[in-house]
Amino acid sequence: MHDFTPVHAIAGGILIALGLAIILIGSGRIAGLSGITAGLISPFTGGDRSWRASFLAGALVVGAIFELAAPSTYDVAAPHRLWVVALSGVLVGVGTRLANGCTSGHGLCGMARLSKRSIIATMTFFAVGVATATLAGRFA
Amino acid sequence: MNPLALLGGALFGAGVCISGMVRPSKVLGFLDFGGAWDATLLVVMASALVVTVVAWRVVARLRAPRFGTAFPPPPSPLVDARLIGGAALFGLGWGLSGYCPGPALVALVAGVPATFVFVAAMLAGMFVIERGDRSNRPDA
Repeated sequence: MHDFTPVHAIAGGILIALGLAIILIGSGRIAGLSGITAGLISPFTGGDRSWRASFLAGALVVGAIFELAAPSTYDVAAPHRLWVVALSGVLVGVGTRLANGCTSGHGLCGMARLSKRSIIATMTFFAVGVATATLAGRFA
Repeated sequence: MNPLALLGGALFGAGVCISGMVRPSKVLGFLDFGGAWDATLLVVMASALVVTVVAWRVVARLRAPRFGTAFPPPPSPLVDARLIGGAALFGLGWGLSGYCPGPALVALVAGVPATFVFVAAMLAGMFVIERGDRSNRPDA
């Protein structure tokens, strides 16, 4: 195994989920990151933008603290050629909106309440993600 | 500003930084079964799911959220081509680059040009679907 970091994974996983859980328990909202982001830029969201902007602001401020205190938190190299990164971005944007959720909304919030939609969506994007990355890795 | 959402975002941001999920190389280390496989992402998901399962148990015991109007309705049972196709497109994009929507936004603070390319493309993809779509969404 390469670079397996189980202690950081457990601590980070718990913190990620606590972030989603306090929104769910405190405000009754399912905090999926693609849904939060899309709601911020959608022309039809209405007066629902403040909590979305606050959530992303909190995440980015903490992210910036990590960048200052521990820059090795982040990759410095692009994961791929830029046109592949751009294509990947369009696919992620379109796909998460069609499926109505991503790793956090379907994978963590929905799966945890045994939503059939979320379980099927999560199995699908994990299967396709593994197949794509494994094939792309062969030709990289 | 919404203090609860700010705190939720801060926890989420700390989690994706500590777990390494802000690094596409780390995510691809899991998704690419062809190379030196890294189980970190699986451990992140599993430990996060423990917390979100407990969160839904808490929700089941409460009548209404302290800072909101209602808890989410039961999950929709609708499994259609849009859900599966969207999840497959997301998986394709995720497997190509290793970026998830939330971690990619947090990683903007590191100033790597590829992250900006990814996020701009993702927002464009989201916007296209949001603009063309006023139907009620079955989940968040």
